Amino acid sequence: MRLKCPLCGDRDRREFYYSGTDDYLNRPAADAPLSAWDDHLHNRTNPAGLTRDLWYHEQGCAQWLAVTRNTITHEIMAVDLVAKERAK
Amino acid sequence: MRYSGFKVITEGLFGNKGWKPAWRDAAPKAEYDAIIIGGGGHGLATAYYLAKNHGLTNIAVLEKGWLGSGNIGRNTTIVRANYFLPGNSEFYSHSLKLWEGLEADLNYNVMHSQRGLINLFHSDGQRDAFARRGNAMINQGDDAILLDREGVREHLPYLDFEQTRFPIYGGLLHPRGGSARHDAVAWGYARGADRRGVDLIQNCEVTGIDVANGKVVGVQTTRGPIKAAKVGIVVAGRSSQVAAMAGMRLPIESHILQAFVTEGLKPVINHVVSFGMGHFYISQSDKGGLVFGGDLDFYASYAARGNLPMVEHVMEAGMTLMPMIGRAKVLRSWGGIMDMSPDGSPIIDRTHVEGLYLDCGWNYGGFKAVPASGWCMAHLMATDTPHDVARRFRLDRFATGHLLDEEGTGSQHNLH
Ligand SMILES: Cc1cc2nc3c(=O)[nH]c(=O)nc-3n(C[C@H](O)[C@H](O)[C@H](O)COP(=O)(O)OP(=O)(O)OC[C@H]3O[C@@H](n4cnc5c(N)ncnc54)[C@H](O)[C@@H]3O)c2cc1C
Ligand SMILES: [Zn+2]
Repeated sequence: MRLKCPLCGDRDRREFYYSGTDDYLNRPAADAPLSAWDDHLHNRTNPAGLTRDLWYHEQGCAQWLAVTRNTITHEIMAVDLVAKERAK
Repeated sequence: MRYSGFKVITEGLFGNKGWKPAWRDAAPKAEYDAIIIGGGGHGLATAYYLAKNHGLTNIAVLEKGWLGSGNIGRNTTIVRANYFLPGNSEFYSHSLKLWEGLEADLNYNVMHSQRGLINLFHSDGQRDAFARRGNAMINQGDDAILLDREGVREHLPYLDFEQTRFPIYGGLLHPRGGSARHDAVAWGYARGADRRGVDLIQNCEVTGIDVANGKVVGVQTTRGPIKAAKVGIVVAGRSSQVAAMAGMRLPIESHILQAFVTEGLKPVINHVVSFGMGHFYISQSDKGGLVFGGDLDFYASYAARGNLPMVEHVMEAGMTLMPMIGRAKVLRSWGGIMDMSPDGSPIIDRTHVEGLYLDCGWNYGGFKAVPASGWCMAHLMATDTPHDVARRFRLDRFATGHLLDEEGTGSQHNLH
């Protein structure tokens, strides 16, 4: 599998560290109830099909990427810079 | 029909014409006392023990494909009881004891072979960790022997003891560990359940779970609706989808794990061996194939096939440890979908819906767990109370902090 990093181009899967679902981007507020934190840290929609998850370009530009892909076919639809989305 | 050596001989003499199908091809009834979703190892074992231990025989197993089409027929068949944490330790110990009586109990040859498991270590730190694990196993009443380098050499003379990168310091030998034939385990439980009256319904996918007033009342399937006051979800890699039918979001992420088998060779590897410095473990099947595997591909996936980097890693690790296998030709590789939990330990528990039970989170270690998981899930479904050896496999432990993180790697699904 290859990911097309917006900064570095097509790169081998081994350059990236996989962290998990992009739910991680929606962090609960510090004073949110424990159940919100539990849900955030542990529970997953875990879709069979389209998903969006976070990959770190460890051996490249050191950017966090949000990758839209299909978990059944391994097809990759989009790779976005998390920093760019955050800046919006 | 009872299977026996005598039966094999007489059938052989008369053209093997007397064998009958091992189970009926049941059609769904309108209602059962209990339904188990998923005809893998855990689902079939649950049905068997519900019938055998609790006398519940008006029950059905609903399987979307054919029996044993999931991970139960895709794993590398290692059976062991070398867990460390209270909660896991007694559960896997119970499971190994059930394995030891399984063939007689099922009247089925599951080819359980206690050939010994050796986990190698390659540093002082790893030796300490394995010595401690060995002590925990002995305290649990199971067996463990700490081998030094020469002790390992006696058992596994073919390892590369000369290499300097990952020197072999020793190994933890678990003599009662070993392997079994995975398909036979599914078939043996299926036959045992069928003989006790359980309906095994194949090509029957569950598409909905019916809940009324907080209680489960039945399921929707591709073969029509079926009523039941008790439903168990035992679907391994598909747990998130099926639990979502009852409005649940589980602490599960599905990951791919690969395995490999070579052409058949003469007996050469007598144990189950695992490398401590790379992702590689190996055993030899009774057909002669070297069966080996490594770690997850590390990203969420439902494709029953993996990616090349892990293939390369596993091959490299194998060659580092035992260069003699380099000439063997790999016949096949495949993948299975693992229900990874955040702490690497399973869940056998009630849910927020009355009568709906959950058995999942087996990660890549659910084969050895099949007997005890079935035993404890049956206990839970029949009595509505958790079995003592599975009492810590709670669904709410992530919220309460009572984690069972055997590897100590933290709350991330792909790190166990
Ligand atoms: C490559 C590999 C190597 C492994 N090695 C080992 C090992 O050495 N030792 C070990 O202990 N464990 C090992 N495991 C793990 C072990 O195989 C699994 O943890 C275990 O088999 C999972 O439980 P199961 O047998 O019930 O799952 P499965 O056999 O996957 O059963 C689940 C069943 O549910 C069915 N299902 C899903 N959705 C529905 C639905 N909606 N309706 C009806 N039916 C449905 C599926 O078709 C499937 O048959 C390995 C796994 C893999 C993939
Ligand atoms: Zn990059």
